[in-house]
Amino acid sequence: MNSLTPLLVVLALAIAFGVWYTRSRGEFRKKKTVNGPKLDASIIGVELGSRVTMVQFSSAFCSPCRATKALLEDMVKTMPDVRYAHIDAESHLELVRKIDIRSTPTTLFLNGEGVEVGRAMGTPKRSQVLAAVNAIR
Amino acid sequence: MIKTEKNKVNLIDARGPRFSAVITTLVLAAALVTQSAVLIAIQLVVFAIGAFAGPAKTPYAFLFKKFVKPRLKGDAPTEDARPPQFAQSVGLIFTVVALAGSLLSIPALFIVAVGFALFAAFLNAAFNFCLGCEIYLLALRAVK
Repeated sequence: MNSLTPLLVVLALAIAFGVWYTRSRGEFRKKKTVNGPKLDASIIGVELGSRVTMVQFSSAFCSPCRATKALLEDMVKTMPDVRYAHIDAESHLELVRKIDIRSTPTTLFLNGEGVEVGRAMGTPKRSQVLAAVNAIR
Repeated sequence: MIKTEKNKVNLIDARGPRFSAVITTLVLAAALVTQSAVLIAIQLVVFAIGAFAGPAKTPYAFLFKKFVKPRLKGDAPTEDARPPQFAQSVGLIFTVVALAGSLLSIPALFIVAVGFALFAAFLNAAFNFCLGCEIYLLALRAVK
């Protein structure tokens, strides 16, 4: 009962998913309605940036989380009005559910008031982070 | 199954799991086409070693160290061993289900389970897909 059909179906689906996955990771997605919960220092563990705060959620079984953390930590060094916070998703499951974090790394971009403006899943490129941060007034 | 102590991060050559994913993809693809229980049993043992002893201890990792790594140039990028170990554990579950399907003469179960394992292994090999990133948090949210 040898058949190539299952193999071809799986490969076709995996290629389609893989192309979508590669394109969508790191992309900044604007929140359509700005009415999410306000985050503050007591929740994220770091004082809010005066213009932008980037809040990264990570987990143990996530290899791109390390690279994302290194990139964002490096980028905020040259941006005095932007701050970075790092949250272990596993130990903050209530918050994770409340703001619907589904995969790691997910980085939220908060405005000066602590309201989410948008988010990026996966490791963003330096240029994608810059564009997202610059778009927030 | 997987150690999660925060302070002891076991770093491995990041190219090893990617190489292993290529071999895994080939083995699973061959198993899917031939519906071979023997191939799935072999892959099951490899996944079990990866899940319990770590991804750097599997026969595929041995092949990588012996034949591939000496030919690679440049600094070895390192990664935490836990994400690939998590993926190996998920692979183990799928191959156990597949083998059960084979032993119980339920070909559909075999095909679906091998299909899922192949889907993930191929994505890992071709697109550097991180299974733990996508499903671990969802699983935690579902059970806790």
